Amino acid sequence: MTTKDIIKPENLVYGKTKLLTDNVMHYCPGCSHGVIHKLIAEVIEEMGIQDRTVGVAPVGCAVFAYNYIDVDWQEAAHGRAPALATALKRLNPENVVFTYQGDGDLAAIGTAETIHACNRGENIVIFFVNNAIYGMTGGQMAPTTLEGMKTATCPYGRNTDIYGFPLKISELLAKLDGTCYVTRQSTHKTANIVRAKKAIRKAFENSMAGKGTSVVEFVSHCNTGWKMSPVQANAWMEEHMFAKYPLGDLKDTEKKHYEEPAK
Amino acid sequence: MAKFKGAVVVDTERCKGCGLCVAACPSKVLGLASQVNAKGYNYAEMVNEDACIGCASCGYVCPDACLSVYKVTL
Repeated sequence: MTTKDIIKPENLVYGKTKLLTDNVMHYCPGCSHGVIHKLIAEVIEEMGIQDRTVGVAPVGCAVFAYNYIDVDWQEAAHGRAPALATALKRLNPENVVFTYQGDGDLAAIGTAETIHACNRGENIVIFFVNNAIYGMTGGQMAPTTLEGMKTATCPYGRNTDIYGFPLKISELLAKLDGTCYVTRQSTHKTANIVRAKKAIRKAFENSMAGKGTSVVEFVSHCNTGWKMSPVQANAWMEEHMFAKYPLGDLKDTEKKHYEEPAK
Repeated sequence: MAKFKGAVVVDTERCKGCGLCVAACPSKVLGLASQVNAKGYNYAEMVNEDACIGCASCGYVCPDACLSVYKVTL
């Protein structure tokens, strides 16, 4: 059987989902953002919620996310995506609202909005892409940068005496009563991508069931900022990032609901 | 003798030649072409067509969704 005989529509086992637009993504070759965009688009298509899903785009590399996933979008001010998502969800509770944020957006300038949205238990989904660096602005140190990791603004490695420690924001959010599902995933291998997709689906289902805030963190790489090839960056991430940011579910429960005091 | 036979179609103009699919392929089917596309990237192509088992690992890891995977059972 020749290759030409195999390439027929009925034999297709994997292809681009219709929810991803035909625009070529502006991300660097090999960027984890592409895989995460693709997974979110696939899950939305499988769940059939395209017409009532609203995404909130961040400031950062993913600022043009609205060009790539064919759902409704809002663009938030830097770090304020969870605040905007709160309004979108409260005003139209039938909508499925998610934010898509990087570590500079969610863990630095938007820490307050993130923590308070999670603490209020808003029924939104927060996708947090953690690549330990400010990718868009040229590879500066982020709160999540690993100890000793070299960036443009700490060329001798992050010194924790001066700059503090890597911020484990998912562990922080898992402690809050408002969150129902906090998980950390990765997209460097096929098996991890399949697990990440299941986590995305679960997060959307929690949001629709009104269980509270779901946070899905993706440990990802920035091969340009790290000055490596995409394959090397994946290997480096596996070796160094997972020690500080271990993969797996951090929390899986329902938020605590307010109980009326007995009269 | 493999029970499955697969084929990969690359959207060469969408491909950025990152090489993640080449590294992810368990059968070493894919490689980067010597030609470049309109953006100047060495796009991915099948270099060892007979070895493909249609597992779609390349499709999963592709950040630009430029791979379509086809599979038949022999």
